[in-house]
Amino acid sequence: MKEHATKAAAFIQDEARTNWHDESLWFVRSKRDKAAHGIPEWEQLRELASQIKDHTLSHLDEYLEAFEAKAKENGVTVHWAADAAEHNRIVHSILQEHNARRIVKSKSMLTEECGLNEYLEEQDMEVIDTDLGERIIQLKEEPPSHIVMPAIHLKKEEVGELFHQKLQTKKGATDPQYLTEAARQHLRQSFLQADAAITGVNFAIAETGGVVVCTNEGNADMGTHLAPLQIHCMGIEKILPKAEHLGVFTRLLARSATGQPSTIFTSHHHKAKEGGAMHIVIVDNGRTTQLGRPDFRNSLKCIRCGACMNTCPIYRRSGGHSYDSTVPGPIGSILTPGIDLKKYSGLPFASTLCGSCSDVCPVKIDIHEQLYKWRQIIAEEGHLPTAKKQSMVMAGKVLSRPGWYKMAGKSARWVTRWLPRPLIYNPLNTWGKARELPEAPKESFQEWYRKNRSAS
Amino acid sequence: MKIALFIPCYIDQFYPQVGIATLELLEKLGCTVHFPEGQTCCGQPMANTGCERDAIPTYEHYVKTFSGYDYVVTPSGSCAYHVRKHYDIIEQTGAVQHLRKRTLDLSEFLLDVLKVEHLDACFPAKVGLHQSCHGLRGLRLGPGSERNLNAPSALHTLLSMVEGVEIAELERADECCGFGGTFAINEPDISAKMGKDRIADHARAGVEVITAGDMSCLMHLEGLLRRQGSPIQVKHIAEILNTKA
Repeated sequence: MKEHATKAAAFIQDEARTNWHDESLWFVRSKRDKAAHGIPEWEQLRELASQIKDHTLSHLDEYLEAFEAKAKENGVTVHWAADAAEHNRIVHSILQEHNARRIVKSKSMLTEECGLNEYLEEQDMEVIDTDLGERIIQLKEEPPSHIVMPAIHLKKEEVGELFHQKLQTKKGATDPQYLTEAARQHLRQSFLQADAAITGVNFAIAETGGVVVCTNEGNADMGTHLAPLQIHCMGIEKILPKAEHLGVFTRLLARSATGQPSTIFTSHHHKAKEGGAMHIVIVDNGRTTQLGRPDFRNSLKCIRCGACMNTCPIYRRSGGHSYDSTVPGPIGSILTPGIDLKKYSGLPFASTLCGSCSDVCPVKIDIHEQLYKWRQIIAEEGHLPTAKKQSMVMAGKVLSRPGWYKMAGKSARWVTRWLPRPLIYNPLNTWGKARELPEAPKESFQEWYRKNRSAS
Repeated sequence: MKIALFIPCYIDQFYPQVGIATLELLEKLGCTVHFPEGQTCCGQPMANTGCERDAIPTYEHYVKTFSGYDYVVTPSGSCAYHVRKHYDIIEQTGAVQHLRKRTLDLSEFLLDVLKVEHLDACFPAKVGLHQSCHGLRGLRLGPGSERNLNAPSALHTLLSMVEGVEIAELERADECCGFGGTFAINEPDISAKMGKDRIADHARAGVEVITAGDMSCLMHLEGLLRRQGSPIQVKHIAEILNTKA
């Protein structure tokens, strides 16, 4: 329960670094504002996207089957995985069939969610994440801290030191261009030697049976073009009914994510290249359970743009790792309780319910309202710390009884007025750690009113 | 028009001057305002902590106390939002439905019901406007920086009716202050950091007084300002609108 608070408190100890992290992400949010506000019909686009997703989710079975049929027609092999373990086994068996041992991977939060890298490495396979940010954290042996900018928590000096150790770049080098070029050269070898390429999927079109991958670096393309075997892993919620719907989402996605009008590459994969093989793995891993929860189903509309992270004042000041989940930030805080309520019972409370996430969301997920609803479930199921629960039971009693309320108010004011400072500002008073308590007035408004108005 | 005044618990106990300013302002504008005895709280503290079931008796007490009025006016966007948004878990009687429509934040009542276009108020100061989240994104008292809508916020409109007020231009127009109810206590470090960052933005803009439609945000910011020994003051918008010309 206190997990996030503890990790956030640790993160914030380095205030200069916290400011740097906050400002880096605020910069992205500002770029997003500029891009979004440049489109007069932005709000209509969001509404349209939201409705397309709502419609698709309520006919998900039909669209998934239509997608599978069409993909098969195109000669693609389609697999279904109920959970992460099955997903990993399927990917492994496809690789085995093709005698593939060296794998390049791009753009997949789903394989991160399923722990595919670790699984394949245990089977003595080599998996190289080819997107720069992903590669950095893979070399650093850390999880991503953001779904679009996985290494946003690292400074260029730290990347320079890491590359010096792992890629033998010059000691002390921090020039992003130099470091990027070093990564590029190092990755080129992996691309040329790869037996298989694995990518994530941004959108899967039921009408055509094709998958769409949106990237800026083009590594998904480099991988799939070079390796004889291509595997695309997607969650069941990635479906769009028709190709004509895609434009709505590509217009929203990059603008929301980074403030770009579109990603540099929007690649459509429909069938295997000549002499190659193409597989699609469709994964549930808890998604149908979430679909069955009326209050939370629309969290599956998410297109993974990360805008809610960039805008979240808590995420910006606590870092992605403080959430301890593959998808951090506001959207992570409504997805993860559905996966493990006890483990993630603290996340819905890592918010002031300010609502910025819901307003920035390109598909209009009511994120802050779902945070509120998860809080109710967490309390109902007994996952609130006892002291907190008891104080709320007490508050409920006091605030529904005018007599008790008056007495409690009077004592609170008396305490803040007359008790010696060290007694009030004790370690249990977390309010008082950085803040003064309000100065208690002599009389409450109700007392003032009775004296000055009631008599007349 | 029968108008009831709802003074939220923490304003009643710690900021009576905000209640007084709200009452005087409404009276100045020609309203007859009732202040129902025995009022307490909207129930939000329990509900936002996940314990809305423990808040039901408080909801019922609110409904009992404020039934029979055309409007309930409160100097808190957050409390008004809570009544309107979250009183959906009690039986939706006629009285409940009425209160869920007619519990209004002060600024809504002034602009949408009274249609106020000018005020005889004067407050010569550089003012920083803090857009409290529940008013802004809950009650939609303004467009919000996230959405692509062009409209002035209710608080901007009202402040610009006050002579002498200079509204400061902030770098982040509507970022949360970090109060968040029990969040301020459960995640005190992040909460305080968010507040400090808001204050720094106002300070850079040369703000003398920070104002808002919610005293809870201001209580948090004031706590930080006083600890810092800052000369910046906080005032609820009702106090500024109620100044004498």
